[in-house]
Amino acid sequence: MSTGQINQQPLLHNEQDPPAPTPVHLMELDGVGKHYGNIIALSDVTMTVDQGRVTCVLGDNGAGKSTLIKIIAGLHQHDEGTFRILGQERRLTSPREALDAGIASVYQDLAVVPLMPIWRNFFLGSELTVGKGPFKRLDVKRMKTVTKKELADMGIDLRDVNQPIGQLSGGERQCVAIARAVYFGAKALILDEPTAALGVKQSGVVLRYILQARDRGLGVIFITHNPHHAYPVGDSFLLLKRGRSIGSYDKKDIELDELTGLMAGGAELQELAHELADLGGYPDVVREVQADVDVEVTSAE
Amino acid sequence: MAILVDVPTLDERVGRRSVAQNLLGRPEVGALVGAIVLFVFFSAAAPVFLQPNSFATVLYGSSTFGIMAVAVSLLMIGGEFDLSAGVAVISSALTASLFSWYFSMNLWVGVGLALIVSLLIGFVNGWILMKTKLPSFIVTLATFLMLTGLNLALTRLIGGSVATPSIASMDGFQSARAVFANSFTIGGMDLKSPILIWIVLVVIASWLLLRTKIGNWIFAVGGDENAARAVGVPVRATKIGLFMGVGFCGWVLGMHNLFAFDSVQSGEGIGNEFLYIIAAVIGGCLLTGGYGSAIGGAIGAFIFGMANKGIVYAEWNPDWFKFFLGLMLLLATIVNLIVKRRAELK
Ligand SMILES: Nc1ncnc2c1ncn2[C@@H]1O[C@H](COP(=O)(O)OP(=O)(O)O)[C@@H](O)[C@H]1O
Ligand SMILES: [Mg+2]
Repeated sequence: MSTGQINQQPLLHNEQDPPAPTPVHLMELDGVGKHYGNIIALSDVTMTVDQGRVTCVLGDNGAGKSTLIKIIAGLHQHDEGTFRILGQERRLTSPREALDAGIASVYQDLAVVPLMPIWRNFFLGSELTVGKGPFKRLDVKRMKTVTKKELADMGIDLRDVNQPIGQLSGGERQCVAIARAVYFGAKALILDEPTAALGVKQSGVVLRYILQARDRGLGVIFITHNPHHAYPVGDSFLLLKRGRSIGSYDKKDIELDELTGLMAGGAELQELAHELADLGGYPDVVREVQADVDVEVTSAE
Repeated sequence: MAILVDVPTLDERVGRRSVAQNLLGRPEVGALVGAIVLFVFFSAAAPVFLQPNSFATVLYGSSTFGIMAVAVSLLMIGGEFDLSAGVAVISSALTASLFSWYFSMNLWVGVGLALIVSLLIGFVNGWILMKTKLPSFIVTLATFLMLTGLNLALTRLIGGSVATPSIASMDGFQSARAVFANSFTIGGMDLKSPILIWIVLVVIASWLLLRTKIGNWIFAVGGDENAARAVGVPVRATKIGLFMGVGFCGWVLGMHNLFAFDSVQSGEGIGNEFLYIIAAVIGGCLLTGGYGSAIGGAIGAFIFGMANKGIVYAEWNPDWFKFFLGLMLLLATIVNLIVKRRAELK
């Protein structure tokens, strides 16, 4: 399970405690690959997810982040490598199967139905019912109360659970989706770029719910292309580029500016600086980019 | 951030919604307004319109659209169309009639077989749709054409004519007529059984839509299929089920058409699929899915019945009916659009 320069520390450990000996990870991917026809979207990716920890997956557009989590969420199946849940090798063939295994996902394009009321969305696919046989019906009252309460517990103070969820802001919708996963007893929570479309303040709110989910013992996979969002909440970081892993770090082994540098890629910044200069970009900006490159190069060595 | 301890159902940021505002948020409100306007209009234009028996005729006309509009509305809320719904009604009636006639069997055998065929047509529509991921417009257009051809060809092949032979003297005719094409009198109105069937179907469909899991899934697959699938909604089963619902209603109406007379014209039904879709749209179902109601579809069908018969009672040329229909559709869609926008903003 070697992926080049990757730091092979056991992931189940944090800065205070000595490394825990437990070898069973909540989820474990080993050399996982996936192609769409002849497009190789992902190859040889190795990562682990543990309870009460936030694993960040970072990478530019097209790096394969969504592909990776779609494999974990049961929307796609991997072609190579192994995927284990609690030590058992699995190949999930539907989102239902993933949900039954305790894996809940909050998608980039938001797994909510905009025209449906918040409470219907909250319970969608896992509705509460009363009565028997042909008289089995939705327990509307209880679903509304639970929705309101669960959201309040997460610190989401909603106006009216009857309003269409499409009326909520992007951040609020993400939070409803997170609260739903927590309520339905998910063991793992996958968030695909939850902050990508959000402003600074709303992103902050979502990041706080990520930590809340972590504190409730969930293993969180947080996908983003923004190191500034990943670094404050993440316990470990997996970096993807063109479908391959270019590094995997524990929080204590990496600083924010290193992470940023790795994300952007030193060589590419250098190139950009030249290009900007050639195109007649503002000299001071070009110099700034150049400085960034220098910082990155020195700190990486 | 304030954490609500004792959670109230509403808080102060939701300005108190008046009854009128709540009403405006319902999908069928535009249609209801339209229906009232039309009712008043025809009552004034044609005094006969208000007589009990004329009204019963209007209701009957509405019910023959309405029975199908129920299933077509649910299907539309689920995000799909069925262009084969009109001819499938005739296919069902032809199956029951020709099968029993050809094999000289009790008509109830044919009725049972017709139910299976109707459900199967729905199943095949839904299954092909889910397998191929083609738009339902294409898939059901294909079944529409195939059924149209089959109806004509098989009827001629088996019965030797464009209409089926009379089944009036066959075993089971009277009892089947008593079920599918009866009439009863309430309050001086001579009501035909499809009216009752229509009302029952609307009640069941509303209950299904608003108070069961399946209803939740119908809204979800129409509103955002991928989101629904991601949270574990059985999208395929829901959609196939909706098409089979159209099949079932087609069977009910087909049996009524057959037993109200004793013969069926094999070329009928073409074009009716649009009337069902129009009824659903007038009733506030969103063409793109995810929004609407069964009651709305029923009101749409009622508007239809009123315009259809009202023109006759007002002694106008029935040529105007289609014009009326188009105008109604346009107005209804605009009203729905406005209502929906308002509902979303509030
Ligand atoms: N369904 C698909 N069919 C073909 N190619 C795909 C499909 N989904 C993703 N890809 C390709 O795989 C690569 C990785 O995509 P994705 O995982 O969505 O990246 P990210 O989420 O990191 O932006 C991209 O080059 C993308 O074009
Ligand atoms: Mg993506």
